[in-house]
Parts: sequence; structure tokens; C-alpha cells
Amino acid sequence: MLLSIKNLHASINGKEILKGVNLEVNKGEVHAIMGPNGTGKSTLASVIAGRDVFDVTEGSVLYKGKNLLALPVEARASEGIFLGFQYPVEIPGVSMTNFMRTAVNEQRKYKGLDPLPAGEFLRLMEEKKKMVEITAKLANRSVNEGFSGGEKKKNEIFQMAMLEPTLSILDETDSGLDIDALRIVANGVNKLRSPENATVVITHYQRLLDYIVPDFVHVLFEGKIVKSGGKELALELEEKGYEWIKDAVI
Amino acid sequence: MRSDTTDFPLKNTLINNFVEHGKDIFTNNKESIIDIRKQAYTKFIEQGLPTQKLEAWRNTDLTAVYNEEYDHYYTQSNVIKDIDSVFQCNIPHLNTTMIALLNGWYVYKDVPLKTMADGTIIGSLAEAMKVYPEIFDKYYAKYATSKDDGFIALNTAMAQDGFFIYVPDNVQVKKPIQIVNVIDYDKNIFLQTRNLIVLGKNAELTLVHCDDSYNHQKCLCNTVSEIVQDENSYLDHYKMQNVNNNSTLINSSYFYMKNNARLTTNGMSLNGGILRNNNHITIDGEGCETNVYGLYLMDKKQHIDNQVFIDHAKPNSLSNELFKGIMDDTASGVFNGHVLVRRDAQKTNAFQRNKNILLTDKAKVNSKPFLEIYADDVKCSHGATVGQLDTEAMFYIRSRGISEDSARMLLMYAFCDEIIQKITVEPLKHRLEDMVKKRLRGELSVCAQCVLHCSHPEKEYNFEIDLSKI
Repeated sequence: MLLSIKNLHASINGKEILKGVNLEVNKGEVHAIMGPNGTGKSTLASVIAGRDVFDVTEGSVLYKGKNLLALPVEARASEGIFLGFQYPVEIPGVSMTNFMRTAVNEQRKYKGLDPLPAGEFLRLMEEKKKMVEITAKLANRSVNEGFSGGEKKKNEIFQMAMLEPTLSILDETDSGLDIDALRIVANGVNKLRSPENATVVITHYQRLLDYIVPDFVHVLFEGKIVKSGGKELALELEEKGYEWIKDAVI
Repeated sequence: MRSDTTDFPLKNTLINNFVEHGKDIFTNNKESIIDIRKQAYTKFIEQGLPTQKLEAWRNTDLTAVYNEEYDHYYTQSNVIKDIDSVFQCNIPHLNTTMIALLNGWYVYKDVPLKTMADGTIIGSLAEAMKVYPEIFDKYYAKYATSKDDGFIALNTAMAQDGFFIYVPDNVQVKKPIQIVNVIDYDKNIFLQTRNLIVLGKNAELTLVHCDDSYNHQKCLCNTVSEIVQDENSYLDHYKMQNVNNNSTLINSSYFYMKNNARLTTNGMSLNGGILRNNNHITIDGEGCETNVYGLYLMDKKQHIDNQVFIDHAKPNSLSNELFKGIMDDTASGVFNGHVLVRRDAQKTNAFQRNKNILLTDKAKVNSKPFLEIYADDVKCSHGATVGQLDTEAMFYIRSRGISEDSARMLLMYAFCDEIIQKITVEPLKHRLEDMVKKRLRGELSVCAQCVLHCSHPEKEYNFEIDLSKI
């Protein structure tokens, strides 16, 4: 078992958002989490990644058998968790090269490895850029600064490619993408899939799942996973709308 | 806690010294200079040392500084013991013409004033007063007027030396001129230096001005510089401040610009006890462009006070101000930016920004950008921010596996980078990148190449000066 979430409750400023989430993810699997706005999808992603504005009030999260909630954000990343942000943050003054080199080398340090030599690092960057079809010169640009919506999302997948995570959580990676960018982003994710890693895709449209085909689909509603199924569940949701879930639950 | 009196003993000491040491102060001065000194002396008696009662000094309290005892001296031989104690500033690949001040006096090996191959005159202000009276009649004490506060009058009355640079018409000085201003004295010291820089028509100059101290002694340094730019001249000016935590620098620069003159002045305040920078810029011409930048990194109990006054007196000019600072521990800061656009100064563009990051609850900044506009066809803006490090960005960076400390470093450096990137002299830019990184890591004081070693006072330093450069 790669990730095991049991009865997870989380709140922000005293307001409970997650109200008992249960989820299990194994290596080699792709899970999709769907659901209407404001039901806690992004909160779930943030809590797994370690965002400290959320208080976990109950439940447990085990990752590779370890208590994930006890680890700081950066240790979770070094353990192989990657969060693809819904709104990637612009960081003026920090170049992509500097950012990625620091990230790669700090993760290597965590694993007891020496820093990657500069030449090797630059070759790695070029290789991964090609993989996610980034043609623009990234190296000297500041992280996400002045990037279009599509470029920002591609940049998330590029970082994922660079860091080679074991568990990737992609939060609304499809939002704001045109169909070409969506295809590129999905291709990147598919190329990175392996029997050794797992992906959790958060979305509220079925569209993305035409490109990234999930093994499991879960519906998150009012802070709980209320329905799980195979990929056909996404199609059913698309057809019947979330009202159907509301009616079924209430 | 505001003082209600300007009658500090220091004031009386200074007034008495003027009378007692008049003979030394007036050495080699022409009648006209002596007149200027006497008038300024009268003005100083009236104004006294500035206190928080003055609006421009509201947030900077010098009471403790005034109450210290200092050595005062009016002849060079008392304070220049060993000229070799001035260091060779080591900026890799920066090929400069270097001149040096030690404890306020110009130091030299052969001649106190020299004319370069291109006609540029560089040297001691005291010597230049003697040799070029016509230049002093025209420019000296014409811009740094005594109306502002007592420090200006005091400096005009009593400052004896400093540096003098005169770039004739149509001369583009190829190599940057670097001024190293070193304070190295074994007791508390009160220093006053006076500088004059004149750029003729179409003249161009890059000037790097470094203030450094070599020990822990308290010092109060009152420096006044007058910088005159004739038509179509270009000055690229850098001011580096890296002095010990017991130092108080009062640094007043008066820039005067004529038609189509261009000025960039960039102040980097890396360390110091109390740093006060007055930038007073008079744009008395059309088509002028002026950029005023500042970066300050303060911690412990340090205090920085940047005052910028830009007087747009003529139409069609541009001024652009950007000051950024990071304050740690209980450090405090002041930014007062005042842009005056006079009735005739139509089509003025004036922009003012001050951004601050406070790393603790106890650090503070008083920021007051201020526009005073009497013309109706202008484009002006101002803004100030005081905030913490962006928590969204912190989370984003850490989520990639970067530790909290490294993430903070990345964000702080990125914040400073905007100012550092304005430096056009590449070797200086790289040097500053390095120094700012070290400063942010708290390692500046152990930098082998940096003169600042205040955390290692026991360590002996041998300073070398390359005398061929003087």
C-alpha cells in the first residue's frame, strides 16, 4: 500500500472541510477524485502535501507505512510526494534553473546523495523539457512569472518530471487549459506513469479523463468520498451531473 | 521620548571648536570660502543638531549618538597614522581608478590632486579649493543649502577635506572611479567630509562609493556631497554602506541636473548602526531622467532612514524611485519619498515605490511616499508595502523538497534581486549578488574579502593599498 487515508478530518479556521475521508492508493494506479466546487478536493491535496493552514483533527494518513502527517512539507516531497498546483505561484527573482537545481539537490541530500553536477543537471533539464514539450527557454525566467495559464500547468508537469515522484497529486491541472495544452499536459503525465508510481488526478470535468485514463474514480462530496467506481463512473457523472450524487446521498 | 532641547554638549563642543580651531579649519581657504564657512557657522548655532521635533527627523532618534563623547580633530596628522592601513578593495575583475579617504582625509602617495589623460581632475577637496577657486566659486555650497537641517550647515562650516572630481565637457570617463571611504580610529570619532563632483556638458562617469569601517569604535560621520550635472551628462552612481554596528552615518547628497542629464543612483545599505541617507535631487532642466534606487538589509538594533526629495522644476522629465528593504530582529526603517512637481513642470513622469519585508513582529518600517503636484498634465504614482514573506510562495517552494531555511533565502534574495539587477557594472553586480547572499545568510562578517569583520575583532587584519592606483 502506497497511501492509506483513514477517517481524515481537517479544518481551516475552525471550519471543518474534510469530514472523514477514506482512500487507498497502490503503486501503478491512477485515481481520479471528482466532485463539485467547494467539497474539499483541493483541501485533501493540500493536507497530503503538508500545507499548515489546515488542522488535521482526526484520522490518519500512512504513506509507505510512515505517518505522513508527522513530516514537514519538504520531507514529504523528498519522500516522493508531488503536488501539481491548481494555481502555480509566481516567484519573481528566482530563476527556474536555480529553483529546480535547489529542489533536486535538496531532495538528493535528503536521500544521502551528492549534488548533481551542473552539466548533468542541465542535460536533465533539457531532456525533461522535451518530454513535456516545452519549447520556450525556461532557464533564466523567473518561476511562473509572466507565464500564460497553459505554460504554468506545463511547468508543473515539467517539475514533476524533474523530481520523479512516487505519488503525484494533480490539483485541477486541466483548469484553464485549451485542448492542445490539455493534450500536452496529459501526454506528459502518461509518459511519467510506471508500475512504481501512482497518480491522483483531481478534476471536476470528465474531459481530462479521456486523456489520463483512471483505474478508479471517487466522488468527494461535502468532505467525504461518497462513491467510488471504475472509469465508467466519470462518464455517468458527466451524463447525470452532480445533482444525481446529491440526491443519492441525501 | 522626544528631546525638547537642541543644546546637547556636542553642539557646544562644535561651536567652541570652530572658534578654537579656526586657524586650522581655514587653512589655505580663500576669503570667499571663509565667508561661506562663517555664514554656515551662524546658521548652525541657530539650527543646532536636528532632533525628532523636526518633521524630517521624526522617526530617527540621535539623542544617544549626540550624548557620546568623540574625538574631534582639525589637522590631518592627528588621525592619519599609517596610510598603508587603507585596504585594497578586492572586487574581482573590476578595473577602477581608486581613490581613498581615511578618517575623512584624502590619502595619497605623490600628489593630492591630479589630472588624468582625458582631462578629468581627481583628488583632495582641500587641495582643489586651493588650486581651482573658480570652480568652487561657481559650484561650492550652492546646492547643499543650509535650510534643511543643522548637519548641512555644520558640514559647510567645518568640513575640511573629502574628494573632488571634475569631468570636463565631452569627456566620457572610461574606467569607473571607486572611492573607498575608510573609518579606522582607535577611539570614538566625529568625522565630517565634503565632496564635490562636477560633470560638464556631455560628460559621462561611473562612480562607486564605498563606506567601510575597520573596527568596533563608535563613529558619527556627517558627509555632504554636491553633484552637479551639466547638459546631457550621464552619471551612474553607487553607494555601498558596510560599516560596524556602532557607526552612525549621516549622508547627504545633493544632485543638480540640467537639460537632458541622466542620473542613476543606487544605494546599497548592507550594515551599519544608524544610516541616514538624504538624496536631494533638483531637476532644473528638460528631458532629464533620474533613477533613485535603494536596498537595505537591517537586523539587530540597526536603523536605516532614507529620505528622497525630487524637485521637478522643468517640464518633460522622468524620475523613478524604487527602495526595497528587509528588516530582521528589532531593526527599524524609515522611507520618506517626496516628489515635488512645480507648476511649470508639465509632462513630468514620476514614480515612487517602497517595498519592505519584516521578518519579525518587532521589526518596523515607517514608509511615507508623498507627491506634491502643481502641474496638471503629469503622470505620477506612488506606493508602499510592508509585509511578510509570501506564505503561498513559501509553501510552493517547500513542496518541491526545499527546506524552510532555503526557501526563505530564495525569497529574500529574489526580493533584493530587483535592485541588484539595476547595477550596470557587471563585476560590481556579481560582487553585490555575493555580498547580499552572505548578508542574508548572516555570513557577511566572516567574508574573507570583505572589510567588515566586526564579529571577529580579535582577528588581525593587514590592509594593503595599491598605491599605484592613487
